[in-house]
Amino acid sequence: MRTNISRHKIRSPFVAKVEELSGQNLLACYQCGKCSAGCPAVYQMDILPNQIIRFIQLGLKEELLKSNSIWICASCMTCNVRCPKGINIAEAIEAVRQILLRKREDHVKVEELSDSERGNVPPIALISNFRKFTS
Amino acid sequence: MKLSYFPGCTLKNKAKNFEDSALCSLKKLGVEVEEISRWNCCGTVYSLTTDDLIHHVAPIRNLIRAKEAGSDRLMTLCAMCYNTLKRSNERVRSNPEDLDIINDLMYKEEIDYKGDVDVVHLLEILKNEIKLENIAKKAIKPLKGLKVASYYGCYLVRPQEIGFDDMENPMIMDELMTALGAEAIDFPHKVECCGAYQTVDKPEIIADRANQILSSAVKQGAEVVIVSCPLCSFNLDQRQKETQQKFPEFKNIPILYFSQLLAIALGCPQDSLRLDLHYIDPKPILKEKGLI
Repeated sequence: MRTNISRHKIRSPFVAKVEELSGQNLLACYQCGKCSAGCPAVYQMDILPNQIIRFIQLGLKEELLKSNSIWICASCMTCNVRCPKGINIAEAIEAVRQILLRKREDHVKVEELSDSERGNVPPIALISNFRKFTS
Repeated sequence: MKLSYFPGCTLKNKAKNFEDSALCSLKKLGVEVEEISRWNCCGTVYSLTTDDLIHHVAPIRNLIRAKEAGSDRLMTLCAMCYNTLKRSNERVRSNPEDLDIINDLMYKEEIDYKGDVDVVHLLEILKNEIKLENIAKKAIKPLKGLKVASYYGCYLVRPQEIGFDDMENPMIMDELMTALGAEAIDFPHKVECCGAYQTVDKPEIIADRANQILSSAVKQGAEVVIVSCPLCSFNLDQRQKETQQKFPEFKNIPILYFSQLLAIALGCPQDSLRLDLHYIDPKPILKEKGLI
């Protein structure tokens, strides 16, 4: 993957928006990798949690918005409670998800779910799924 | 003791085994429970963005209902409801300006919320108020010889502000099982996420997690796994079907709510256990141990 880093990207409104929505000081991250080491979903992610933070710092908006990682994370908070710098990584990932969802770019299309997908799961699964994956 | 109670959506249908067994147990322990009137869904997940106040309205409205019932605390059973209600409560307590906005959004409510309702989980009540030694004394049918692995998952223990136990090695359900006469089985996956709501659109992820979590419990010798969350229960019990299909080596294990084993020990009638709601039938192992 070829990635260009530029001052323009680092100072972009995208970085400011993620920081605002997440309420996190993402520059505090020193890339120890503890978040990725403990993440139970990491085996399915194309960008690892510590890389997500680095990508945000560098303003790599397009790479983040098209990554599958933001939809694989289930906000289990394991990374948050283990981060030695006190960064809430799950909140940063939520912020990236929200940037898409707030443009009505839903990850789950409710109308496309089959009857069995909708009918077999408990209300708690549907509500939380729609809260996280739809606008 | 009298407690205001918030059931949440799933305890009224797919997790009726959780509700019925917990309510019967509380009755046996002499606790009066009153379900709050006109409760609404808490939203199931705490809103993680800084600006998203609208999603705190639903949880906070339930705290108004508790206040209207003359109560200064609200008990929940579901780990996700507990997490959502408690975190929204903590948020408005530490951000009075957010609370003002949320109260304004609910201008038709007769009273404003003032941050004065505590959210408590049944396990906290059992351990800190009723006390495990008193529960042990009332256990007329001890869970003798039953090997129980306690699975805590995410929302009961994380983040720190929510947890009433150690985040990495919670013991509250293990201690309850020991008090009831069972053998508590330790296993390394007790706080590892089951995949949660991914179960709707990515059930294959749940099969991976269920395989890891449950195989780990089986390897340590567990005969049943207990949970405190209806979503964990669904993923670890019902999704054993998909888990079995994906991993032919996978060995099935029954999933129970901690409250069902509590109800058995306290002598609740079998109809309060709702053992018909399980995918992996827990009856054979319970019969083998002489518990039903």
